[in-house]
Amino acid sequence: MSDHSNGVPLLEVRHVSKYFGSVIALKDISMEVRAGEVTCVLGDNGAGKSSLIKILSGVHTYDEGEFLVEGKPVRFSGPREARAAGISVVFQDLATIPLMSVWRNFFLGSEPTIGVGPVRRLNSGFAKRVMREEMRKMGIDVRDPNQAVGTLSGGERQAVAIARAVYFGAKVLILDEPTSALGVRQSGIVLKYVVQARERGLGVIFITHNPHHAFPVGDRFVLLNRGKLMGSYTKAETSLDELTKMMAGGEELERLSKELEKMAADPEMKQVAQQMAQEVNRSGT
Amino acid sequence: MSVAGTQPVPAPAPRQAGLGDERLARVSVLVRLLQRPELGALIGALAVYLLFATVDATPAHLFSSIAGMQNWTDAASTYGIMAVAVALLMIGGEFDLSAGVMTGTCGLLLGMLITRYAVNVWVAIVAVLVFAGIIGAINGVLVVRTKLPSFIITLATFFVLRGVDVGVTKLLTNTVRFDISDQAPGFAGAQSIFGSTFLAPYNFQDAVLWWIAVTIVATWVLTQTTFGNWIFAVGGDANAARAVGVPVSRTKVILFMYTAMSAALVGVMVALRFKGIQSGQGVGLEFFYIIAAVVGGCLLTGGYGSAIGASLGALIIGFAQIGIIFANWDSNWYFTFLGVILFVAVGVNTLVRRRAASARR
Repeated sequence: MSDHSNGVPLLEVRHVSKYFGSVIALKDISMEVRAGEVTCVLGDNGAGKSSLIKILSGVHTYDEGEFLVEGKPVRFSGPREARAAGISVVFQDLATIPLMSVWRNFFLGSEPTIGVGPVRRLNSGFAKRVMREEMRKMGIDVRDPNQAVGTLSGGERQAVAIARAVYFGAKVLILDEPTSALGVRQSGIVLKYVVQARERGLGVIFITHNPHHAFPVGDRFVLLNRGKLMGSYTKAETSLDELTKMMAGGEELERLSKELEKMAADPEMKQVAQQMAQEVNRSGT
Repeated sequence: MSVAGTQPVPAPAPRQAGLGDERLARVSVLVRLLQRPELGALIGALAVYLLFATVDATPAHLFSSIAGMQNWTDAASTYGIMAVAVALLMIGGEFDLSAGVMTGTCGLLLGMLITRYAVNVWVAIVAVLVFAGIIGAINGVLVVRTKLPSFIITLATFFVLRGVDVGVTKLLTNTVRFDISDQAPGFAGAQSIFGSTFLAPYNFQDAVLWWIAVTIVATWVLTQTTFGNWIFAVGGDANAARAVGVPVSRTKVILFMYTAMSAALVGVMVALRFKGIQSGQGVGLEFFYIIAAVVGGCLLTGGYGSAIGASLGALIIGFAQIGIIFANWDSNWYFTFLGVILFVAVGVNTLVRRRAASARR
């Protein structure tokens, strides 16, 4: 674990719950992220990851529990407030605009200008310089600032979004499934940026359903299942195998394979059931 | 190929440290030229000019003379003013099919105010601009509120205005046009700015100067200002733009207002120049504006394009309109010609976008 871990967490939720009418979206969730640490939030589809991100980023309010930023309780009324408090979300799809150049994307929504009145214009020289500098800090040499973001690789595009969030004062970076749409190599590149953000003293919340991506970079692991906390561990307390097993949902998978076996009049179904049984065995060892 | 981000972190090898800026310069010369959306339109305009200069059947080779230039700039100017507005709107991800009929509506409103209500011409011009701004805002607000395609919303506006134009004109004049007397207060001054000529022996239309001015200002706004950045962003990906704090709805509504007010400008020019206006004025012209914008490099899906390109597109339309007459061809080939140009332009645009947007995974 890193040496930043003493003191107050950058962001912490305690026993937070969220209801949508009679639907329980999240129940009694506690987690924290500290400066220079990566907290991984793991869960399958529908586990409550999106609801949690939306609470952390100010899109939704919470119904029960406590939400602390640097030790002080907060209740955000919108994403702008969350961003002002230093919490930035990098969405998987919403990160950048492919047809716009890298520097325009980098400063979109917070454009630097020079001049006043009718000659007030984009300070493109400054913007390009800062963008290249910030990207270089992430190990990317952008040769042509005018090149469209769409010509970058998926991983590099995530890097643009991360560098932008960091430049504009993010203390806590929430990465929403940054690797889910990427191939193996590009996923590796994104994981590298996650480590880099951590090294620069940010608190990173890394949302994923892939324990193989989470384990190598994570310091803490929070597992969600059906809106509830399934487990919360530090790296020392768990292992990749354990995480994988829990993610695969041990007993649940076993039950499913039994059910499938019952329906296995169909030979194709039988094959699926067998594969599933093998999967259970493998993650169990 | 482009970025050295695939290496491990501490990798910035000597080649990166030393040669970064040098390579930047080398990239920009050729690649940046090819990246420009208006390059295709420029090449196209040169080709079309050469074509009509060659097939010119007039004895004095009028097409390539200054008198010919007066003709094709005249034809291109009002298309150009509108095409620039339509291009900005299209870059912002929206369409305005009512842009053509709006020129008629605004000219007719001007005629009505001057002839029926004896309003000073200058006051009438201001009133028409305000009216156009309101219609544009209605278009824009309907589009952003209903989230329906602007194609449908403005098609409805188009038909509403088309009916109103003829209906109201007939109701008030019992004819299908408003005639504006040059004795109306303020007429002479207003006409000298909106509907007169310059460069005495050749008599270029004032609209040409407006067209050039509009192109310069629009290019400035689009490429050099924050608002221009927002135009590209809302057309490129409205959700992503909203996520970083770009006021998406406001940007789109302003673009619709600008388009409608450009139509007002053109309507005023037509009405003052010809001292009157027909109730069917402008109907069908919206397609010429869209053709000019697309030929000029705008993507129909938004997020990419240029004002200069749209102006070059309008110039191509002007070349074709005048060139076909000078070549003694049946003028109906004009439409076929524009259709073919549009096909070629869309083909080139699609290629460009594929290169710009396709990601390496």
